[in-house]
Amino acid sequence: MGKTLFEKVWEPHVVAQDPGAPAILYVDAHLIHEVTSPQAFSMLRERGLPVRRPDKTFATMDHAIPTRIGVDISLWPADAATQVRTLRENCHDFGITLWDIEGDVQGIVHIVGPEMGVTQPGMTIVCGDSHTSTHGAFGALAFGIGTSEVGHVLASQCLLQKKPKTFAINVEGELGLGITAKDIILAIIAKNGAGGGAGYVFEYRGSAIRKLDMASRMTICNMSIEGGARAGMIAPDETTFEYMKGRPFAPKGEQWDKAVAYWKTLVTDDDAAFDRTLTLDASQLAPMVTYGTNPGQGLYVTSNIPLAEEIEDPSERRSLLSAMEYMGLKPGQPIEGQQVDIVFIGSCTNGRIEDLREAAKIAKGKKVADNVQALVVPGSKAIKAQAEAEGLDVIFTEAGFEWRGAGCSMCLAMNDDKAGAGKYVASTSNRNFQGRQGPGSRSLLMSPIMAAAAALNGKVVDVRELL
Amino acid sequence: MEPIKTLTASAVPLRAENVDTDQIIPARFLTAVTKAGMGDGLFSSWRYNPDGSPKPDFPLNKPEYKDGKILIAGRNFGSGSSREHAVWALTEYGFRAVITSGFADIFYNNSLKNGLLLVALPEETVNMLLDLVEEDPETQITVDLASQTVTLPDGQQLGFPIDPFRKICLLEGVDDLGYIMKQADAIATYEAVPAY
Repeated sequence: MGKTLFEKVWEPHVVAQDPGAPAILYVDAHLIHEVTSPQAFSMLRERGLPVRRPDKTFATMDHAIPTRIGVDISLWPADAATQVRTLRENCHDFGITLWDIEGDVQGIVHIVGPEMGVTQPGMTIVCGDSHTSTHGAFGALAFGIGTSEVGHVLASQCLLQKKPKTFAINVEGELGLGITAKDIILAIIAKNGAGGGAGYVFEYRGSAIRKLDMASRMTICNMSIEGGARAGMIAPDETTFEYMKGRPFAPKGEQWDKAVAYWKTLVTDDDAAFDRTLTLDASQLAPMVTYGTNPGQGLYVTSNIPLAEEIEDPSERRSLLSAMEYMGLKPGQPIEGQQVDIVFIGSCTNGRIEDLREAAKIAKGKKVADNVQALVVPGSKAIKAQAEAEGLDVIFTEAGFEWRGAGCSMCLAMNDDKAGAGKYVASTSNRNFQGRQGPGSRSLLMSPIMAAAAALNGKVVDVRELL
Repeated sequence: MEPIKTLTASAVPLRAENVDTDQIIPARFLTAVTKAGMGDGLFSSWRYNPDGSPKPDFPLNKPEYKDGKILIAGRNFGSGSSREHAVWALTEYGFRAVITSGFADIFYNNSLKNGLLLVALPEETVNMLLDLVEEDPETQITVDLASQTVTLPDGQQLGFPIDPFRKICLLEGVDDLGYIMKQADAIATYEAVPAY
């Protein structure tokens, strides 16, 4: 029997495995950031251990950094400055490459890895961040780990891992106008549930996936974790190789040819079997918006929030009612027309140049509605510079959006970009959890063009009417 | 932290599904560079009003549940962010075990590293336990890892699954890194061979 893409990446990375035990899995690239690494370095220091492969470890700073007060950490809140200072010390002491805020590479770890060509097909990639699944868009096996595991990888370049099961997600058909990768992934999660992928690795397949550019593929793989799967993968193809060629850490010359020959083998064989399968008809999709407090609570912008009596499962019904209470919404109400107070365009899900270009097309020559605060936060310094070279910053600022520095920002509100209690946030990020974007904040997840349209109208609208 | 082998304690009922790690420990508590102090932030937004006063209806604030060392909650517990701070918060607060019908993958792995015992039971059983503990907060529940059982005061025993390897690790206090490092030669051999 043939093998799945996942198996073709997993199997050669098993360094050793005792009978009945999890595998000792080799890690090809380890990404670290300021928030989940300090305690792992403390463990190394306590045990007197070196970093085994500093050449396979890459650091940047993204989660806690402010996006509007520059790079002088003496002006920052003390705790964010301490985390940045600690990361600098750790990277210096252990010989790790650091893309510092003072350089021109820094950005969200899952945006910078691909930009630099660190992310490559067939690799195993880990990071102390659940959105590491993003890198699966290149045909890598990439997943988030906790801080103890960050320490294990620093010390050994390996992880003790139980082999997950495989889950094929087939997305077939033509996407309609105004339908994006974000709508695909929100529709998958709404269909399969926020916990439906637990124990599995997703492989996104089908004609609709093959037509997507790398930015869109990254958006989809990024939110695998919101569907409960630690990792999501897409087989590499010419789109992938085209994106990668010439990037700083990508193979060069003869090595490039050898690499591409190998990467082309990283496809699921026709006779391979998956443990589970789900199929989505892309041609039937409408723009998606979440209405609740887990990412599975999403619907078409043209639909109404479900009524409690429409939900059979008692736990899901309770989940809906508790979400409605938190969100200040009513079962059965339309989501279209829902007022928004804040718009956040950015994050590792939708903070890439392609996202900003699409949002800028909607915003061009228009004005953000009164009483709406709208932020655009590029995912990296390179994206910020590119956007400025294309004049996107001018389009956004003339329309009344704030143009910020690169970082995670209001996706998780660890810095000062926080939505106030009770505020509705039209957000291109990945999580609508209670208080995720600031204590008491209410998130409505959507695509960048839907968020831009919401900013101009002060409410949730169907962006297709503006196209 | 010493792993739990057997524990008899009262439990705290948390009737909520998809309890994500942002609820367990909100991001504003992740600014530390050590593990200490996370217990204070546990369930902060559910536990405290914006002015810092406790919300009297939240189970952790009810006097009858103050000694609970077992948390019982709804499905897909620990979803979302990979932050191990969530486990540090639960253990520092005093929880030694969590019972629910399903755990998120990364949270599960993080708990194993910190001696927090995770017990997955069928959803109807979890609902029964929630009812029991809400009716009588003093209900003593025994969780025993070696026999993989949860025992109720009336003697009823409920089995729970755990990966056999992980069970041995927890019972014998085997540390992942020590286990991996025993294969240092295999790792070096692996590294000598290029991927392509």
